[in-house]
Amino acid sequence: MKLFSFEKIIMLLEQYWQKFLLEGVGYTLSMAAITVAFGAIFASLIALLKMSKIAPFRWVSNVYIEIIRGTPMLLQLYIFYFALPMLIPVLNKQKYVCVCIALICNSAAYLSEVIRSGIQAVDGGQTEAALSLGFNSRKTMWYIVLPQAIKNILPALANEFIMIIKDTSLASTFFIGDVMTQCLLVKGATYLPIEPMIIVAVIYFVLTFTLSKIVGAFERRMSRGYKR
Amino acid sequence: MATSGNAIIQVKNLKKYYNKGEIKALDGVTVDIHKGDVAVIIGPSGSGKSTFLRSLNLLEQPTSGEIIFEGVDITKKRDQSGKKIDLPKHREKMGMVFQHFNLFPHMTLLDNMTIAPIQIKGIPKEQAEARARELLARVGLGDRADAYPLQLSGGQKQRVAIVRALAMDPDVMLFDEPTSALDPEMVGEVLDVMKELAGTGMTMVVVTHEMGFAREVGNRVLFMDEGKLVEEGTPEEIFNSPQSPRLQDFLSKVL
Repeated sequence: MKLFSFEKIIMLLEQYWQKFLLEGVGYTLSMAAITVAFGAIFASLIALLKMSKIAPFRWVSNVYIEIIRGTPMLLQLYIFYFALPMLIPVLNKQKYVCVCIALICNSAAYLSEVIRSGIQAVDGGQTEAALSLGFNSRKTMWYIVLPQAIKNILPALANEFIMIIKDTSLASTFFIGDVMTQCLLVKGATYLPIEPMIIVAVIYFVLTFTLSKIVGAFERRMSRGYKR
Repeated sequence: MATSGNAIIQVKNLKKYYNKGEIKALDGVTVDIHKGDVAVIIGPSGSGKSTFLRSLNLLEQPTSGEIIFEGVDITKKRDQSGKKIDLPKHREKMGMVFQHFNLFPHMTLLDNMTIAPIQIKGIPKEQAEARARELLARVGLGDRADAYPLQLSGGQKQRVAIVRALAMDPDVMLFDEPTSALDPEMVGEVLDVMKELAGTGMTMVVVTHEMGFAREVGNRVLFMDEGKLVEEGTPEEIFNSPQSPRLQDFLSKVL
């Protein structure tokens, strides 16, 4: 028995390429971009709280990180999807926004740990040298610690970004319109089970692979001065 | 240990305790550093000499005691008139050189040397760079301004670290075992720079195991043991006629 046929894949692409490549990729990338941008900001805040000298700040960030990491992403998506419109009436029927908020809150917890460990991995002697030159702690962070932390963080950050692109596929649970949603829609319309999934798998792979190559190039640029 | 008018740093009864007093890294150190002094601190490891040096610019927060630097007790939050003490402003005047160099690896040597003058003192970039090049040339690295720290040998790194601190025009230079992490053949080049610096009249406080340097360049030698300043004097006095049995014991091991 034949699992799938190339002819059918070609046929699907001819008929549905706009749905897959324009609508689907558009939604997937926009969700991922929004999640990364706001997630990174939110994550920096959580990381700062976790490194704070004030204990209650650390508790709040710890509890948040543990809860998000300790519950399934799909469940978080459901909770945000149904609870947010009840709490904030403006979000009623704004399913795209609700899903994005869920993705942001989830990725921020993971990203914050990446950011924190990257900052703490910078040698303490760097801070001491900066302080001894007369830098205050804010400028020490900005000019000396953060540029080195970013270099530490980048590889892990690339992983997180790739995870986020893949996690957006969960949004298809609510038929947001992303690549995975298109897969389900085409599958329903054509009764072809396998072919749409192959197309979608290739699309996700191309997206994540391209991203990891871009980050790789950026990483090489950042490691100037670290090679003999 | 006479107190005189030209003391640049006065340390009074400095204590640093860990574990609620169980460990006494510094147990009441009182000493004055005068302008132009080259004070060399020697002592066995764990004697508190590094802790003492790092306390001078408050990289180590002392448990109690006073550090009066150029007339201001920098261990306090506010001075006598109630004005808030701007610690970074005072640290600026105390250059520090570390055992592990602590150059900024993400910057060229030129940037290492100019970032503090530009960002802290607001010196124009061209002026800061001209001064940095001049200083680099002074330690024989004039042609390496665009290199990164990782491309240098240990001795070269330490020479850069010294002139990086000098670029801020400090009144005192603190050296925390500046040659301890170096290969033996590179110790000399760093000590030469320090010797030359002492010759310019710079006030220096040096923690070191280099007894030759202490004897030759220092005008005062301080011997510390178990968090206390046990004995001090001219190199002559310390090395030729040590008084306390602990110093005699220490010298018998290192000389």
